[in-house]
Amino acid sequence: MHELAVTQSVLEIALRHAAPAGAVRITDVYLVIGQLSSIVDDSVQFYWDAISENTAAQGARLHFRRVPAELRCWDCNHRYSPNGEDLACPACGGLRVQVVAGDEFRVEAIDIEPVAAPAGEPP
Amino acid sequence: MTTQRIPVVEKILSANDRLAEQNRARLDAARVLGINLLASPGAGKTSLIVRTIQALSPQLKIAVIEGDTAPVTIDADKVSAAGAAAVQVNTGGECHLDAVMVANAFNALTLDGLDLLIVENVGNLICPAAFALGTHLNVLVASVPEGADKPYKYPGIYRGLDALILNKIDLLPYVDFDLDYFRRGVEILNPGLSFFPLSCRTGEGVEAWMEWLQKQAAHHRFSADGSASTVGK
Repeated sequence: MHELAVTQSVLEIALRHAAPAGAVRITDVYLVIGQLSSIVDDSVQFYWDAISENTAAQGARLHFRRVPAELRCWDCNHRYSPNGEDLACPACGGLRVQVVAGDEFRVEAIDIEPVAAPAGEPP
Repeated sequence: MTTQRIPVVEKILSANDRLAEQNRARLDAARVLGINLLASPGAGKTSLIVRTIQALSPQLKIAVIEGDTAPVTIDADKVSAAGAAAVQVNTGGECHLDAVMVANAFNALTLDGLDLLIVENVGNLICPAAFALGTHLNVLVASVPEGADKPYKYPGIYRGLDALILNKIDLLPYVDFDLDYFRRGVEILNPGLSFFPLSCRTGEGVEAWMEWLQKQAAHHRFSADGSASTVGK
């Protein structure tokens, strides 16, 4: 979909949290993406490599944690993962369902190097 | 080199959500009901807007923000001809409107004195679902020729709706459209959703939509606090 806009937001969030922690470099960014949020990992990574250039996040690794969709039936309280296009409750056929998981779309954490590496130390 | 883990836990599109809240506050201050009109290309968003202006503009003062990916003013011209203020927003190829674009469009409009602001989103059933604009209600225009499977294929957008229109019902005799299958898909994603089957071409069914919309606008205008509903909707 709009991976560039998404990647720009991720970069903005990572840099904003890194600065007050005294980061000289962001090494890793941990994303949590629910199954119901459509996003293409490779595309985000592609944009990331381009737009993080010359920032503290240059070269940082992106980690995607996928959360499978989980639904709960309002009628019989059964919790299940939807199977294909049919979202109805497999236990009772109920049509009133609630999304319990799979909606996630967030930056969970970042790893930073808190101080400048001493001269001569390999990166 | 040792690294340090910094917990963040922030929604990726939180910046858009914050700006959407500001947009909402501007609409509420001016007591304007904002509608985010969604659809795939060609479903009849602009036809519905023109019909709505023609039917309601004596009673309601309406303005329209027209989102388009290309710098053409076809839709804005139709809306202006129907008698409403129109602001054209070109997304520059982006697949959706976002809160920044809508905030900029607000600056080209006089919100005070308006009753209803319709934001015609970019024709797309995926991306607009993720970007809150600050409008109060999400309304989707589905149409018969698209096929009845769209709620199953695009659950994200159907889940966040406050009303659903099925346009082009005059084509039902000529098209294989399983209305029961369509309704079932909608019901499971969004139980009890207000549903308006209609035809912008023949006018069949448009009355119920107009009544619903008028009711929403009146309710919004007279409610002491128009910010009761949530931005994410």
